[in-house]
Amino acid sequence: MELLRFATAGSVDDGKSTLIGRLLYDSKSIFEDQLESIERTSRDRGDDYTNLALLTDGLRAEREQGITIDVAYRYFATPKRKFIIADTPGHIQYTRNMVTGCSTADLALVLVDARNGIVEQSRRHAFIASLLRVPHLVVCVNKMDLVDYDRGVFESIKDEFRGWATKLDVTDLSFIPISALKGDNVVHRSDVMGWYEGPSLLHYLEEVFIASDRNLIDARFPVQFVIRPMSDDHHDYRGYAGTVAGGVLKPGDEVVVLPSGFTSVIEAIETADGPVEEAFAPMAVTVRLADDIDISRGDMICRVHNQPTIGQDLDAMVCWMSDQSLLRTRDKLTIKQTTRSARALVKDLQYRLDVNTLHRDHGVASLTLNEIGRVSLRTTVPFFFDDYRRNRETGSFVLIDEASNNTVGAGMILGATQ
Amino acid sequence: MDYELSHLRMLEAESIHITREVAAEFERPVLLFSGGKDSCVMLHVATKAFWPAKPPFPVMHVDTGHNFDEVIRFRDETVDRLGLRLVVASVQKSIDEGRAIEETGPRASRNRLQTVTLLDAIEEQRFDAVFGGARRDEEKARAKERVYSFRDEFGQWDPKNQRPELWSLYNGRHHKGEHMRVFPLSNWTELDIWQYIQQEDIPLPPIYYAHRRDVFRRDGMLLAVTPYVTLLEGEEPFEELVRFRTVGDASCTGAVESSADTIEAVINETAATRITERGATRADDRISEAGMEDRKKEGYF
Ligand SMILES: Nc1nc2c(ncn2[C@@H]2O[C@H](COP(=O)(O)OP(=O)(O)O)[C@@H](O)[C@H]2O)c(=O)[nH]1
Repeated sequence: MELLRFATAGSVDDGKSTLIGRLLYDSKSIFEDQLESIERTSRDRGDDYTNLALLTDGLRAEREQGITIDVAYRYFATPKRKFIIADTPGHIQYTRNMVTGCSTADLALVLVDARNGIVEQSRRHAFIASLLRVPHLVVCVNKMDLVDYDRGVFESIKDEFRGWATKLDVTDLSFIPISALKGDNVVHRSDVMGWYEGPSLLHYLEEVFIASDRNLIDARFPVQFVIRPMSDDHHDYRGYAGTVAGGVLKPGDEVVVLPSGFTSVIEAIETADGPVEEAFAPMAVTVRLADDIDISRGDMICRVHNQPTIGQDLDAMVCWMSDQSLLRTRDKLTIKQTTRSARALVKDLQYRLDVNTLHRDHGVASLTLNEIGRVSLRTTVPFFFDDYRRNRETGSFVLIDEASNNTVGAGMILGATQ
Repeated sequence: MDYELSHLRMLEAESIHITREVAAEFERPVLLFSGGKDSCVMLHVATKAFWPAKPPFPVMHVDTGHNFDEVIRFRDETVDRLGLRLVVASVQKSIDEGRAIEETGPRASRNRLQTVTLLDAIEEQRFDAVFGGARRDEEKARAKERVYSFRDEFGQWDPKNQRPELWSLYNGRHHKGEHMRVFPLSNWTELDIWQYIQQEDIPLPPIYYAHRRDVFRRDGMLLAVTPYVTLLEGEEPFEELVRFRTVGDASCTGAVESSADTIEAVINETAATRITERGATRADDRISEAGMEDRKKEGYF
């Protein structure tokens, strides 16, 4: 069985909670005691129907305010796939949550209310999904029951959205007309929308082809931990443990170790289950090399003729995630990328991007919470990175405030500073 | 070669990645091991992560003193077999030293007291990362908790002030006295756990499989007759074929009627079951919807 991770986004009241509740309910992932608990809460609150949306309200502050504040993770499975949903609240204040949810998603699901059509938030959600390079974007036009299941409404929303998406980097875009409340096209294809020939949402989620989304070309192995058992059985054992971040590694491959530049050959790729002939992302393995070279955490093993960019100056799109501080030029932060950490200096804030219009505001002095901008960084040591569009693992980083230790920024690398 | 991994392999890889990351970035990690199935899976993943070396950290059992004998035996055999160091943090000792106050009454449980014992042990032994086997599918407050869950000097969790977690980048930075709870199994479901136990042939305490036991009915649950509970009027013990879905304080962990005595049977039962494991078997968690959130804020597992 395959695993598919998807992020959901929609404006408040577009029906996101109802939709997720229905997916969980119809796939029998809701348990009776959970259902009883939300039935009780619905009654206590005086709702006149069992509010499936309550399933996704986690924390007390959220229940009290009746809104979702934080990303919540949900799980369900069908006989075909296991799904992990990153449920992200849609309000503009929560751009950072959608960025977080999208960072690990294979697919982003954006909800649109059929009565309202494309609104500012829909455009923002599509933009964030494309910025984070989520490979598949599916737009669910919800509440079709309230527009008489009218094909024209669906088609015009679709056309308008497509128009906007041409400005973005969206590789795979689909549209599904649904009614989350009534269940049309959610699990089963709806009889009342005979004009729609595509799959139901669940069918789409089960079938969308994700295996080719990974980078199988550029071999990247960030060393995470050096394994030295120092026991009698494995006296001279020295293995480099890590998670493959791209490409395919095989025993016999000629490799180079960064930053030292020493070359060697992969002697074996091991796991506790035995050696493997090929390792690819996101396998967690241990690599042994033919030569004894000094390698430590933060180094990277890759192919001799396919190396990442090596440098101390990089440009990136950064989403600022802190409500305690701003991002300004000359700030010093900690950067963590793959298994490597160092200090970084903000050399330049080139522009801030208006996430609703894509307009570039040059000459801004800072980024505040939920703002996204293009930033040039200089790091104290060289980093080994790829364009985020080519590799989400080696092209991403987080920024950490050195006083509070909080994660304050998320970065997507564009390349070396020119 | 189709370069595809099964969902269990994907989950395992993610958990190994997290476990190695902690070993690399923290000075004194410890893994909470109760003998429960989640902690067995977590420990199994940890042994795979560092193979052929041993996990570079000890395991810790927060011992309520209200145990099933089979579980304690299993715990000791497991740490022996793997050659690990076991730290036992005793709730009884916390009570004897006046650090924790025993609840009274027939429904008294030591679950809540574990927080005191756990936090004291973390402080005394200066642990800076504590692996826990919690899963996000268990409970609503958990669904929003990070993999790296930051705790202040008081061991408290602040749900409104969590660090964003993106890609596979985890931020473990902390000041002295603060620590991180780390949940490598965050993305696993109960069914994943069972399927993985089967795939990997992971030993579990026998109480997870159907066996005959003296039980009694309380609050709609079956509780085991043990020296730690006093029967109330009208509560009649009887023998039943049962198994446990979780392992906790013996005084308040419910059993379910079941004839599932093999891993295959347990998986079938789990796939068909309609009640969450906490709803079915944790008396203490049924108190209130916000029960777990409050307890976690105080520093519970
Ligand atoms: N008629 C109709 N109402 C819907 C549909 N989906 C959601 N709703 C209603 O829209 C309101 C907001 O839904 P909710 O799921 O809470 O929205 P969220 O804020 O996006 O999570 C609720 O009253 C739902 O019952 C739908 O497909 N048709």
